[in-house]
Amino acid sequence: MSSIFLVALTLFSFIIPALAAAGDTTKVSLALQWYPQTQFAGYYMAKEKGIYAKYGLNVTILHGDADSESLDRLTSGEAEFATAFLSSAMGAWANGVKLVNVAQIVQRTALMIVARKDSGISTIADLENARIGTWGSQFQLQAQSLFLRENMDVTFVRQSPSFELFMRGGLDATLAMWYNEYHRLLSYGLNPDEMTTFMFSNLSLNQPEDGIYCLQSTYDKSPDTVRALVEATVEGWEYAFAHQEETIDTLLQIMREQKVRANKAHQRWMLARMKDIILGDKAKISTQLDPVDFDSLKIELMRAGVTMVNIPYIDFYKGLNQ
Amino acid sequence: MKVHGIAFRLASLTLLSTTMILAAIVGYNYTVSRSMIVSLAEERGTLLADSTAKQISGAFTAVQKVIDSVAFSLEDGNLAEKRVTDLGLRVLHKNPEIYGSAIAFEAYAFQQDSKYYAPYYYRGQDGSIKFTTLGSDAYQYFYMDWYQLPRELNHPIWTEPYYEKSAGYELMTTYSVPFYRSRDQRQLLKGVVTADISLRWVQKLIKSLSNRDDGYVFMLSRYGTFIAHPNESLVMNETIFTAAEDLNLPQLRDIGRRMVAGESGVLEINDLPIIGDGFVYFSPLPDQHWSVGVIFSKKELLADVSSLNSKVAIFGIIGFLALAMLITGLAHRITHPLRRLTASANDMASGNLDAILPKAVSQDEVGELTNSFQIMRDNINSYIANLTETTAAKERIESELRIAHDIQMSILPKLFPAFPDRSEFDIHASIEPAKEVGGDLYDFFFIDDSHFCFLVGDVSGKGVPAAFFMAVTKTLLKVVAKRRLDPGEVLTKVNSDLAEDNDSCMFVTLFLAIMNINNGDVQYASAGHNPPLILHKGKNAEWIPPQNELVAGIMDDTVYTTRSLTMNQGDTIFIYTDGVTEAMNKEQALYSEDRLVEVINQCHGKTSEQMVGMVDNSLKDFTGGAEQSDDITMLAMQYLGKKE
Repeated sequence: MSSIFLVALTLFSFIIPALAAAGDTTKVSLALQWYPQTQFAGYYMAKEKGIYAKYGLNVTILHGDADSESLDRLTSGEAEFATAFLSSAMGAWANGVKLVNVAQIVQRTALMIVARKDSGISTIADLENARIGTWGSQFQLQAQSLFLRENMDVTFVRQSPSFELFMRGGLDATLAMWYNEYHRLLSYGLNPDEMTTFMFSNLSLNQPEDGIYCLQSTYDKSPDTVRALVEATVEGWEYAFAHQEETIDTLLQIMREQKVRANKAHQRWMLARMKDIILGDKAKISTQLDPVDFDSLKIELMRAGVTMVNIPYIDFYKGLNQ
Repeated sequence: MKVHGIAFRLASLTLLSTTMILAAIVGYNYTVSRSMIVSLAEERGTLLADSTAKQISGAFTAVQKVIDSVAFSLEDGNLAEKRVTDLGLRVLHKNPEIYGSAIAFEAYAFQQDSKYYAPYYYRGQDGSIKFTTLGSDAYQYFYMDWYQLPRELNHPIWTEPYYEKSAGYELMTTYSVPFYRSRDQRQLLKGVVTADISLRWVQKLIKSLSNRDDGYVFMLSRYGTFIAHPNESLVMNETIFTAAEDLNLPQLRDIGRRMVAGESGVLEINDLPIIGDGFVYFSPLPDQHWSVGVIFSKKELLADVSSLNSKVAIFGIIGFLALAMLITGLAHRITHPLRRLTASANDMASGNLDAILPKAVSQDEVGELTNSFQIMRDNINSYIANLTETTAAKERIESELRIAHDIQMSILPKLFPAFPDRSEFDIHASIEPAKEVGGDLYDFFFIDDSHFCFLVGDVSGKGVPAAFFMAVTKTLLKVVAKRRLDPGEVLTKVNSDLAEDNDSCMFVTLFLAIMNINNGDVQYASAGHNPPLILHKGKNAEWIPPQNELVAGIMDDTVYTTRSLTMNQGDTIFIYTDGVTEAMNKEQALYSEDRLVEVINQCHGKTSEQMVGMVDNSLKDFTGGAEQSDDITMLAMQYLGKKE
């Protein structure tokens, strides 16, 4: 009796994904913030390794670029899902976009300030009146909060992602992402001991970064699809962390196809840092949006004048367990 | 321990030295030829890097001049829009190496109502010159490096290379010059004029230079990005620093830092992919801060040296083997007679003196040694023969002497107690010759029932002649004494017999006494003999006074006087030869008469035998085993009294 039950169960567990793959798949699009790179390894690996398909999803990944905002693709209807920084999403929410966070993937901020040691900058206080490079407003918020808190005056200068302005001495310091631009500086030949770095996560200005968003309407209409996408994505990340070399090679392949400049050392560094900021000191990926981080960011946003709305956590975050 | 022969040692030492000399030659050859090749390569590599850098930089300089002059003309504020636009077209017409040229203005700087103004001419895929305007909210050129860098830095710049989408993803770089107009005595930035040039020819040039087996040329941008490299997957994807990280070559990172710092030089690098170990020569393009590098593979570079060296080494090994065989053979041959000689010598050493020695063939040291051995063996053989004969003769003589000794001893009365049935006296004597036979004598015998004669004598010299003389003396004494003469007459008679026909001039000292055993009266005479001791009962020993008469056997007319003394019951006369008092210990000290007296004084109550034994023990204690030089003879005569 029990063995027949087991056989039935086994068959069942095979048939469901098989059926899903056969035709009962849901077509969705996922808009990412930037060009393909291991910052998004979990999504690409979930697609490449058939994890999305296993969950009954046919996901089209729309990579981002310099001129597009992933969240705009939600409102325009181009994509059902989008990844975005928490601050960007809260800004959009405050501007009336009815979106919800369905999974907070990156728990720790990778944002940092980098200065050249020979510029004489060794503490935050040395940044008084400094020209600090930035590349888009969403990366400025934590820096603004920092200098507001420290009561310091600095000038933010938007620069191209090449960081040439910083490299050529046109800036005193620059914002950088630990997983990306910091390594670019290393790959330009700067040695770690030639740079002074300030990590925002060490300055009590943590901000969860990449999360998965969809419109409230999407969430209401097809909660199963949302759940499937989140679970498959988490599995994609787990796969990526467990198979780093394969993941790096896969992403490099995708980058080449997309004519994005790519090198292995950089992607390896990025994936390792993504693991650091996604897992933190935990062993398993958590998609929970930390209410404390949420509230402190909300206060910073309101103080900076980015939002005037007191966004309710329960309306904003619709995670797997909500 | 293993014993290596001379042949082995000679061969191995020679071969070891040869190997060392050979290795030194090969090593020197390699080092010198290597350093020659390396310095030649350094010259060639440096020249290649320098000339390539100059060639590329020269082309770039030409473009710089064109755009600098355009920027200069744009500083004229009265240029009409048409003229401005035409400038770009003219630039492209006159300069086929320029792919595109933009004149981009600051926001609202050209036209009050337009944020962006940037006419751009470029070459289409078909070669025709096309026109467009740049700038929109989607393409905010103010934040592009080609615009922002000269604007912020206030000087012309070359951008990092980039792929131009509109030109079919061709690798380009842009030269951008800021231009200014003065208003109210101040220079205000108005915009930036640019020239895009393709880097395809640079890549082609470098590729053509890399078409070699022993190395390649590459080019780095300002930040170490590969602009040209035989491995095209590196180009624009990797910087020399990410390559160093990926290959785990910190050395490469150091080279990269020196290259992007605008230095020129030569460095060694190890473990590069494909090339392996190599040398890097680099030279900068100063205006662009780019750098040309030339890598030569050490292996390829040194291939000729290595092959020459391995040939030399092979010849060396062959030569070594030949030498090894030759030397081993020679050494064996030279040492062959020596080994045969050794075998024979060993045979001889084990006792076979008849062992056959090899014939001395050669006239060298080995030949001489063989001859010497031959002579030595013959000498040893004849010596042994002599020795055998001598030993046999000696043994014969010794045997005869032993017999003589036995005979001599047998003529002396040796059985004690000599007269066990006579209780009137107790006599004991001992003799110990220094050699097998000696010249001392003693004797005692009854002349008649009541008269007992006893005597001790010492013949001059020792050995066989003394023994004969002693035998004659003893026989004579006995014969003469038996005639019932007094001791002086006996000695006188014996002396006259001995002195007759005594050609050898031997002589003898004698002490002869005759005791009347009924009353203890003793008559005695001495022929130059040591004075005997008399130990009266209860008194100290006394010397029997010497008569100072001549020894017997010299003068045939010597007359000896008889003296007399009386022995009481328990008195003892002790007669001895000078072998007792002149016995020497190892320190050459004499036993002396004093010691003798001392011992005799302790002999009260002792028998004659005990007295002789005590003196003998005392003598032996004194000499302590030192070799006996003279015959030792003692005689003790104790008078016990007439039995009633």
